[in-house]
Amino acid sequence: MKKQIMDLRVTLSERVGAQCTLLKAKPVEGHLPECKPGQFAQLRVDDSGTFLRRPISIHDVEGDEISFLVQEVGKGTHWLCSLKEGDILNVVLPLGNGFTIKTQGTPLLIGGGVGVAPLLFLGKRLKEQGVKPTFLLGARTKAQLVRLDAFREVGEVLITTEDGSEGERGFVTQHSQLSMFNGRQCSIVYTCGPMPMMKAVAKMAREKGIECEASLENRMACGVGACLCCVEELADGHNHCVCTDGPVFSTAELKIDN
Amino acid sequence: MASLSVKIGALELRNPVMTASGTFGYGLEFQDFVDLSRLGGIVVKGTTLHPREGNPYPRMAETASGMLNCVGLQNKGVDYFCKDIYPKVKDLPTNVIVNVSGSTIDDYVETARRIGELESIPAIELNISCPNVRQGGMAFGVTCEGASSVVRAVRKAYPKTLIVKLSPNVTDIAEIARAVEAEGADSVSLINTLMGMAIDAEKRKRILSIGTGGLSGPAVKPVALRMVYQVARAVKIPVIGLGGIMTATDAIEFLLAGATAIEVGTANFIDPSVTMKVVEGIEAYLERHGFQSVSDIIGALEE
Repeated sequence: MKKQIMDLRVTLSERVGAQCTLLKAKPVEGHLPECKPGQFAQLRVDDSGTFLRRPISIHDVEGDEISFLVQEVGKGTHWLCSLKEGDILNVVLPLGNGFTIKTQGTPLLIGGGVGVAPLLFLGKRLKEQGVKPTFLLGARTKAQLVRLDAFREVGEVLITTEDGSEGERGFVTQHSQLSMFNGRQCSIVYTCGPMPMMKAVAKMAREKGIECEASLENRMACGVGACLCCVEELADGHNHCVCTDGPVFSTAELKIDN
Repeated sequence: MASLSVKIGALELRNPVMTASGTFGYGLEFQDFVDLSRLGGIVVKGTTLHPREGNPYPRMAETASGMLNCVGLQNKGVDYFCKDIYPKVKDLPTNVIVNVSGSTIDDYVETARRIGELESIPAIELNISCPNVRQGGMAFGVTCEGASSVVRAVRKAYPKTLIVKLSPNVTDIAEIARAVEAEGADSVSLINTLMGMAIDAEKRKRILSIGTGGLSGPAVKPVALRMVYQVARAVKIPVIGLGGIMTATDAIEFLLAGATAIEVGTANFIDPSVTMKVVEGIEAYLERHGFQSVSDIIGALEE
């Protein structure tokens, strides 16, 4: 898949939840290259207070329209969240490997915080392949749960919040319906979110004997495997680039599961 | 159209635009964005005698107009380069230069010797200036004696074009440049990164895993320009300028300061196709000012 640098024009910029903005954009010229769930884009930030691009996972693709779910955490993401309809957004994409699409059994997609972002695109592609995804989405509080309607259009949505303001109280790995998922009918667990959550999800999946893939978000510079800044030390004892060998790894390869 | 070709030792570059080690992988990573046949050369990742895992994560911190890194020369060693990488890069349509690093003089010599056996690698860039490796690297590059001793030993073992990459973390960079010239270096490239630090005030912690890192990007450009200017006046061998080049105008400033060629580094992260714009911009500048050749602007500052 050829990587491209392209200008997109923002078609929608909408505040969702307490800290996130949903950005939709289309190429100014030509077509969006084919993107896979779990891949990401490097978004250029034209703010004097920042320097590098921001790696943002692909939240959805519909025809030539791509969506990003951006959580405002610093100057760069503030600039991105301040984009308005009609503004130009320069991106490099598609980057990274993406999730493995498994079409047997029921997949379980577990996301925490803004880590839910790539799971919508993944769920849609899985559904197109004829499988019925179940989402398990976690957040600290109700205001941080985003895009629930979009997720509900794709599959069943289970929710946990740490304060109990929506869904079940607790962490995603404590959800009561998880007992329904075992190695027989659940084919794979996909997860993206804070590291402690993914660690707990990886452990749960291993105990149930279910394959598990996690998407990492290490601090990145180039996004194309050149600078070696974003490395993760895997169970093989070697440093691997999250931008090119990942961002999606089988949790069996990761140290979090060992 | 003006001539863009320049010479670095025996090495002929179709234009003065190269890429800096550690910012362009092996060139292959950028083929979707860059027509490699339009580059003067690419300097590939720092290669050492033995494989190196590099430093632990986190290795990068964004700073005002730049970034710090402490990658620490992660690479799979010279054997891997010769066996697995060389076949993929030997037919690239540009000069492929290998950046050679080490912790001991013997390591440098042996790595250089092996790279010297590779027919399609016309030059090495000797890295005596990596700030992120505890023993060696920069330790050699910060004294005239250290720099001389490495270059003397490598010169005996390496007959092709030998470029020595200098550290800016010194009191007098011109003195070091003269020392390596005296030992037979064909060219010097400068600057490597400037040692720096980043701190997270909220967590009251140093951000990088080893505490310090090398600063690159536009933040270092004025320092790099000054050093290139000083070194170009101090030595007769060609100087390769780098440090914060983001645009063709930046590159032209380095040429005017006395650099025969330039390397684009960190800018590749922001715009992976930036080198093409730098080449086009230099062409347009020469045209606009009526110069016949890029050599007309090398060191051509008006008083």
